Amino acid sequence: MFTRNAVFMVIAASCLLATGSIVADDNPRLGEAVSSAEIARMDFTVLPNGDGLPGGSGTAAAGALVYQQNCLACHGTAGKDGPNDSLVGGIGSLVTEQPQKTVGSYWPYATTLFDYVRRAMPYQAPGSLSDDDVYAVTAYILYLNDIVGEDDRLDAETLPEVRMPNRENFVWAYAPD
Amino acid sequence: MAHDKSPVAGNGLFDRRFFLKAGVAGSATLMSAAASPAERPAWMRAPGAPMSPSGEPSEHEAHVQRRPIGSHPGTTGTGAARTPLELLDGVITPSRLHFERHHSGIPAIDPDEHRLVIHGLVDRPLSFSLEALSRYQHVSRIQFLECTGNSGASIAPEPVQASCGAIHGLVSASEWGGVPLSVLLQEAGIKASGKWIIAAGADAAAMSRSVPVEKALDDAIVALYQNGERLRPSNGYPMRLFLPGWEGNMSVKWLRTLKVVDQPAMTKDETSKYSDLQADGVARLFTFPIGVKSVITSPSPGLTMGEAGIYQVSGIAWSGAGRIRRVEVSADGGKSWADAALDEHIMSKCLTRFRSAWRWDGSPAVILSRATDEAGNVQPTRDAVLEGRANGAFYHYNGIQAWRVGADGEISNVYA
Ligand code: HEC
Repeated sequence: MFTRNAVFMVIAASCLLATGSIVADDNPRLGEAVSSAEIARMDFTVLPNGDGLPGGSGTAAAGALVYQQNCLACHGTAGKDGPNDSLVGGIGSLVTEQPQKTVGSYWPYATTLFDYVRRAMPYQAPGSLSDDDVYAVTAYILYLNDIVGEDDRLDAETLPEVRMPNRENFVWAYAPD
Repeated sequence: MAHDKSPVAGNGLFDRRFFLKAGVAGSATLMSAAASPAERPAWMRAPGAPMSPSGEPSEHEAHVQRRPIGSHPGTTGTGAARTPLELLDGVITPSRLHFERHHSGIPAIDPDEHRLVIHGLVDRPLSFSLEALSRYQHVSRIQFLECTGNSGASIAPEPVQASCGAIHGLVSASEWGGVPLSVLLQEAGIKASGKWIIAAGADAAAMSRSVPVEKALDDAIVALYQNGERLRPSNGYPMRLFLPGWEGNMSVKWLRTLKVVDQPAMTKDETSKYSDLQADGVARLFTFPIGVKSVITSPSPGLTMGEAGIYQVSGIAWSGAGRIRRVEVSADGGKSWADAALDEHIMSKCLTRFRSAWRWDGSPAVILSRATDEAGNVQPTRDAVLEGRANGAFYHYNGIQAWRVGADGEISNVYA
């Protein structure tokens, strides 16, 4: 008995060594290694703590032009009254009978704005703006909402530090284990 | 026999076994009909149409389509197309009628070029081709998918007069087949600090949502198949995330990257959009499981009743918490309720079909359904759902739906 158990344990241990981790035997393990350069080309994720923000920077002063050329047609002059979502206004309206949810009045994190504009806007040509332009137009929308100054420079360091007015008014319905 | 039975709840609702018991008398009638002299309708006088490589519904069913289709101003692919629930039976939604909800149109992906990359807090970042994923052991399950905004019209101060599908048609059910996500994550090796996964799609919006690792390791799959065939482009071809029972937006279509991180990304769609603002100004993030819900699909607005008599009241019930245990139907505006019969396949996180027999006496009546799931959750009233919500907060609506049957046989949406 003792001998058979010992043999079994040796076999089990060598299986673990062979696979390098505990993976079911029927896993064909067909995932291919992928380089960090390749990942960088596919990854748009920006976290609230700033992880994922690229180099570059921009100010609202520079962002006004980016906005006029790429966003105004759909989101309106100064971020209001366009055919698509208003990006400006509504601060203080959330507890009224007519809550108006915009970047300025509702969004908890400024990093979300950079993340979303870089991945999805301008609608008809996502990916067409440089990182500097995305920082600048982000700054411009925040400036129109009175959240940053016209010459405040947003970059990977300063953007995560921007405090959104509605930041404290969110609770989680999901409780992780 | 059928005429011996009497209603078990107010205004003519029968016991859930009504149709079963009526079966014997029904088949006797059929047999005597077959004995009448032979006669051939036009389609029996010559051979019919040839075979074809791909089937289409009958030309007489051409009206069974997704509707309405609505897109944001100036766009064609950023909006929703709804399942015509009132025209369907059973629990599986034909793939061509599965609801659509996209945020930047449907990408035309070359499956040979597409890759799924798992990266972030993992031991080994990995890239998977469709061909590679096809070799893994697949699982398949029949489950619903519901958009977070489904039934949102029900918050309107006055009941919206529209079809059942137009109001509730952002829910569908399919057999979803693919690779358990846990197998791929195990292969990549999640680091202990990895708590969330940012899933992103290969559409023009690179749609992204944060998914707890816990769910990813539980019952999530990377789906390649829908109802036995490869996914339709409008449902994520060639691969999508599928998170059973959770709000539809998280089941990211055209899945391209899964980044393991230590915190949610707070993406546009999980903060700006699918969060729930309350009247006190506090908003709830991450309401993931779909609440217990049901709706009567027939009779419903647009399906006019004929003469007074016995009708089938039929509908669907579902819950993100698991199986449907019970559906009750009322024909007197909620004063009394009778258990509906449930079709026998009652699956976890799937639509369940319910049916009741109702003798409509031809006078106005209000019919409702109320579902209970296996966790004991009971579908709430509309008032209970709206309690404490901010004005205009329409996501995650699962209130009881009432339909009014008029003396003229027309059906309308009412708040009961
Ligand atoms: C062709 C029209 C169009 C243009 C141009 C456009 N957008 Fe958009 N934008 C949209 C649509 C449509 C949506 C809604 C997308 C959805 O439903 O997911 C949107 C959504 C947004 C949102 C999210 C709003 C919210 O409250 O959730 C932001 C922020 C945004 N756009 C910023 C921009 C910026 C910045 C630009 C310019 C660089 C831009 N958009 C250009 C059409 C446009």
